[in-house]
Amino acid sequence: MNFEEWKSFNKGSWNNEIDVRDFIQKNYTPYTGDESFLADATKNTKKLWDDVLDLYKKETENGGVLAISNDIASTITSHDAGYIDKDIEQIVGLQTDAPLKRALMPNGGIRIVEKSCAAYGDKVSDKLEDIYHNYRRTHNDGVFAAYTPEIRAARSSHIITGLPDGYGRGRIIGDYRRVALYGVDALIQDKERVFANTVSDNFTENIVREREEIHDQIQALKDLKVMAEKYGFDISKPAANAKEAVQWTYFGYLAAIKEQNGAAMSLGRTSTFLDIYFERDLKNGVITETEAQEIMDHFVMKLRMVRFLRTPEYNELFSGDPVWVTESIGGMGIDGRTLVTKNSFRVLHTLTTLGPAPEPNLTVLWSTRLPENFKNYCASMSIKTSSIQYENDDLMRDYWGDDYGIACCVSAMRIGKQMQFFGARANLAKTLLYAINGGRDELSGKQVAPKFESITSEYLDYDEVMEKFSTMMDWVAKVYIEALNIIHYMHDKYSYEAIEMALHDKDILRTMACGIAGLSVVADSLSAIKYAKVKPIRNDDGLVIDYEVEGDFPKYGNDDDKVDSIAVEVQKMFMEKLKKQTTYRNSKPTLSILTITSNVVYGKNTGSTPDGRRSGEPFGPGANPLHGRDTHGALAVLNTIAKLKYKYSEDGISYTFAITPNALGKAENQKIRNLVSLLDGYFAQLSHHINVNVFNRDLLIDAMNHPEKYPQLTIRVSGYAVNFVKLTKEQQLDVINRTIHERI
Amino acid sequence: MEEITGYVHSIETFGTVDGPGIRFVVFVQGCPLKCIYCHNRDTWDTKTGNLTKISDLVAEIKRYIPYMKSSGGGVTVSGGEPLLQPKFVLNLFKELKNLNIHTALDTAGSLAINDDIAELLKYTDLVLLDIKHIDDEKAKILTGVSNKNNLDFARYLDKNNIPVWIRQVIIPGYTNDEKDLLKLKEFISTLSNVEKVELLPYHDLGKFKWDELGLEYKLADTRTADNNDIERAQKILDIS
Repeated sequence: MNFEEWKSFNKGSWNNEIDVRDFIQKNYTPYTGDESFLADATKNTKKLWDDVLDLYKKETENGGVLAISNDIASTITSHDAGYIDKDIEQIVGLQTDAPLKRALMPNGGIRIVEKSCAAYGDKVSDKLEDIYHNYRRTHNDGVFAAYTPEIRAARSSHIITGLPDGYGRGRIIGDYRRVALYGVDALIQDKERVFANTVSDNFTENIVREREEIHDQIQALKDLKVMAEKYGFDISKPAANAKEAVQWTYFGYLAAIKEQNGAAMSLGRTSTFLDIYFERDLKNGVITETEAQEIMDHFVMKLRMVRFLRTPEYNELFSGDPVWVTESIGGMGIDGRTLVTKNSFRVLHTLTTLGPAPEPNLTVLWSTRLPENFKNYCASMSIKTSSIQYENDDLMRDYWGDDYGIACCVSAMRIGKQMQFFGARANLAKTLLYAINGGRDELSGKQVAPKFESITSEYLDYDEVMEKFSTMMDWVAKVYIEALNIIHYMHDKYSYEAIEMALHDKDILRTMACGIAGLSVVADSLSAIKYAKVKPIRNDDGLVIDYEVEGDFPKYGNDDDKVDSIAVEVQKMFMEKLKKQTTYRNSKPTLSILTITSNVVYGKNTGSTPDGRRSGEPFGPGANPLHGRDTHGALAVLNTIAKLKYKYSEDGISYTFAITPNALGKAENQKIRNLVSLLDGYFAQLSHHINVNVFNRDLLIDAMNHPEKYPQLTIRVSGYAVNFVKLTKEQQLDVINRTIHERI
Repeated sequence: MEEITGYVHSIETFGTVDGPGIRFVVFVQGCPLKCIYCHNRDTWDTKTGNLTKISDLVAEIKRYIPYMKSSGGGVTVSGGEPLLQPKFVLNLFKELKNLNIHTALDTAGSLAINDDIAELLKYTDLVLLDIKHIDDEKAKILTGVSNKNNLDFARYLDKNNIPVWIRQVIIPGYTNDEKDLLKLKEFISTLSNVEKVELLPYHDLGKFKWDELGLEYKLADTRTADNNDIERAQKILDIS
């Protein structure tokens, strides 16, 4: 391949085959300087952002949804072009024909779409109702056609929850950069070549499926061109400059969010790629720094406007309208050069030019070897905005190389070479209670898991509990994977992500991304059983419904090996049980310790636990200790979390941290230095992830009572950032009650 | 030989305000002063707290070395009054110096220097010395005792060339009198080892601890100090 647009780029294997990483490595300019080069927002940026803020306000006033495109099943080409203010938008493209107007995507499930519409006082058009009830089966219908009674019971008793069986699975990252680098025609040609080669003497159903999928991918790429034409762009050829590179990349992403309402629709790792174009244009005097920032600002503005139509129940699990437009920033290359560029700064600088915001989900890939200037800049932005999450590049680079990105919150995947089957999570605390109760649910008394002998002793015995817990985990792992096999079979069949997969290689790694909730509750419960005395309280029916704890016991979150080692053992046990299962498309089982905001709902549906947690009380989010249990300060918690092993949780280990500004230090530069040292010390121990929040509790309480004063107050919750005022009251209280490290 | 133990009230693994960098702070139990504004009232009694072995404490501290090293931090022993358990702190600091860890002692110098304390100070890299009040009569009102030991301690540190950060809590109506502050300035100017003077705004966040213990909090009517109070006092002391 050779294009006029590539002149002045260094050549490499990327010229002969689709290989964005090679292009980056051969052409990017590492940047080790500080943030002083950054430019302020332009007048047009301010005006445009004011328009968007005004739209946000109207959206809130309208009950959370501004408008619904209720008579169109959204596809890449279904809607006409839409604009905020066409004359001044540097980067264009909306999901529908008007800003914040939400599209219907019924392929995932018509009932969810109907419920979502109803929740906001709207209704799906008769035509679509007719089609999706009478002619077109959805993912949701397919799943429930195949579900077993056991899966249904596990689901309704909340031992396995949040499954993507009624909504889009998401967590797939198309390599949107390919659109900019190669242009769509070259991508189509490549897929056509692959398609022609997809034949075999052993012509199994796998090959049939593959051929159908590639066929759909090619069609999606053709649609992508049509979509861009509506905005007046011909994207059949490569992008010729920085503005086009951003626009082409965004079009790729836009097609994905028109086609799919996935739980997490992440962007990938685009900023350093785009920097190559910015550097070329800056060097050639084609643009100024101010113009470069303006392009990034307008791009990010679009990413902040991504909207999906979702039900209030969904909001209960994943609160605040998150879409996880995760952008992975920084990191180090395997050749030792940093992947930080000026554009890494520009994308973070949008938190200043446009103010703090939960989206895009800015994720810094941290290495202890990152340039100090960049570390300091990140820390200062965290202190100012609480909008950044950090993940350990030194750890993940060993697993995934240096061109991976984060999907959703903590799920690493090599861009364009790997995807995951998202699997929500199993409730491990409830699993422990089932083990004690012989497979009966502690709240309903129903026999959910196969019946086996419950524990009848006066005090719980650690070895006996562990043995039964292991047996119960076997069952949960089996039912869990069965459910996921069904879900992803049906999702591929009825709601295939054609454009996202068109921006992948043909042969990819698929992971089966399972998860657990309640790890700290389980660790503390087992610690209580082992180091204190725990007496089960039974009702007349013999069901254990409560526990009395006599004596003290080591608690997770205090850097105490006695209990932390239990957490690691449990993590390993469950992972090993998952590995034994047979998975759809030979996907590789992985595990995450991540709850998003669902720790509240999980807790609500789980009875009292042997650690003294009362029935209905929230779990700690992700890998966090239960709030109030950590008494040794921030670093003790970090050290506990760092003991959890990534090799047993390759889908990520999420820790959410909150601290008051004063507890970080006195002077501003001390605060920055201390935060950098905290991150270096934490990540040097091969820990995986941290959300950094810097705020006072009083501020949150005021925001809860006066939401109108805090439209842009952003906080990090497990794995994503959220507008605090968009959380439900229950979740706001959960955040406020959680440990905020402070000093008096 | 029996291992030396000490009474520890609590620890804070992420201390950022008691000395340079990130600090592992050991709050020891017991204090001879009776400061009416104390925000750690629960640390006064001498024979409560967790009886802690040096070896256990050092093992725990070691886990935080990476954070200390990258931030230029170390270990601070605070209280309570660490000078009440000089052997314990001395042996802890000896161990820490073997590990090349920076040591800081947060004290009000409320005991007369004895051999144990003198020995302890040889292993102390930095003293955070809280001067309660420069005026002896007012010091008595504030702390229940004379400031003689307090000021002698400062002079001893100067004589032995031990780096010190002077601290004073600015309490409206108690420690913010201009004359007193000028007197404090004059005293500080006689010392050659002062690296820093820190003024800490009085806050009432420790009041609940008095309430919990069923004790009267005498400063209930005193307002907390704000930035203006601090800036004013800094101006008088001619520090920033």
